[in-house]
Amino acid sequence: MKNPALIFLGAFLVNNIVLMRFLGLCPFFGVSTAVETATGMGMAVIFVMTLAAWITWLVFHFVLLPFNLVFLRTALFILTIASLVQLVEMFLKKYYRALYSAMGIYLPLITTNCAILGITFLNIDNKFNFLNGTVFAIGTGLGFTLVIITFAAIRERLDLAPINPSLRGYPISFIAAALMALAFLGFSGLFGLT
Amino acid sequence: MRRWHIFTRGLVKENAVLILMIGLCPALAVSGTVRDAFGMGLAATFVLFFSNVIIALIRKSVPNEVRIPIFILIISTFVTMIDYFMQAFQPDLYRALGVFVPLIVVNCMILGRAEAFASKNSVINAALDGLGVGIGFTLALTIMGSIREILGNGTFLGTTVFGEAFRKTPVIFMILSPGAFLVIGILKALINKYVKKE
Repeated sequence: MKNPALIFLGAFLVNNIVLMRFLGLCPFFGVSTAVETATGMGMAVIFVMTLAAWITWLVFHFVLLPFNLVFLRTALFILTIASLVQLVEMFLKKYYRALYSAMGIYLPLITTNCAILGITFLNIDNKFNFLNGTVFAIGTGLGFTLVIITFAAIRERLDLAPINPSLRGYPISFIAAALMALAFLGFSGLFGLT
Repeated sequence: MRRWHIFTRGLVKENAVLILMIGLCPALAVSGTVRDAFGMGLAATFVLFFSNVIIALIRKSVPNEVRIPIFILIISTFVTMIDYFMQAFQPDLYRALGVFVPLIVVNCMILGRAEAFASKNSVINAALDGLGVGIGFTLALTIMGSIREILGNGTFLGTTVFGEAFRKTPVIFMILSPGAFLVIGILKALINKYVKKE
């Protein structure tokens, strides 16, 4: 079994979810116009990703495997995550108003976020145990937050920069993301992780 | 005439990836080679076509409050079918596409068409719409895959393009992740410059 610290670093930097795995691109481009909203989105993703990793791990190992229902994985995971997010949203709204106002509006957005579902599939495909799955989810969520906040800061500057009109908006954002991905390629091989 | 318009709309004018910028995750992730890009496009087209048809068939008996979970269940049924089909008959492609095959279920393009079109239109129109959007998606992925494979690997579908010297020292970063962002950024800029103005 792999070392949890290495799994964490691999998920956080080397195989960054957005720049290397291309998951969660919709919020990455959609919610990165200001650092403040990007931070809220990042927090919500870390939170939901960890919860989703737990619950889908339990569903997979205590429901799907014993009853030989692995072919229902896709359908059951997405329904589990959707209902989980709904429950979390209601719970936060009632008991933790401050937390709800910080990330509440992002919760419904990430129900069908491919990053969340992708992580739960990767957890199963990599045959992680419960601890490693948790570490993997937290590392991935932190990696997402790091990248989306950095990217939002870059985009805030890009808004003020003199740019050719046909490059304005999406094209220049993609090119900025390409340069960030190029920088993150520098992490590959760190501690022997690929 | 109107049917023809429904079909062609998704091909170019409202191309999911290049114009509307949805379904980006698979478009960037699996466009490293033409084969992967085309395979992904076909898989998504299959799901889109059949989910559109089924949703249009049952649209009158679905209660409005629970329509989204029902749509997701229908979509995930077809995703599971194509998932197991590829695993059995195209194991190499399946390994290359990896987690992106089951993730077709959360592709916003598919749920988007179900919600915006198939749930309000006749079966034939929904089928045409699904086919058009799916082929448009395949087209966009294949264009990106061609650019990236030719520049990044010096080949097209495995055949050497610019001769052996380039084949040995290609622009490797084009098939790595930065190349995906760069190619779609430049394509989008070209579209802004030459297409959207009209």
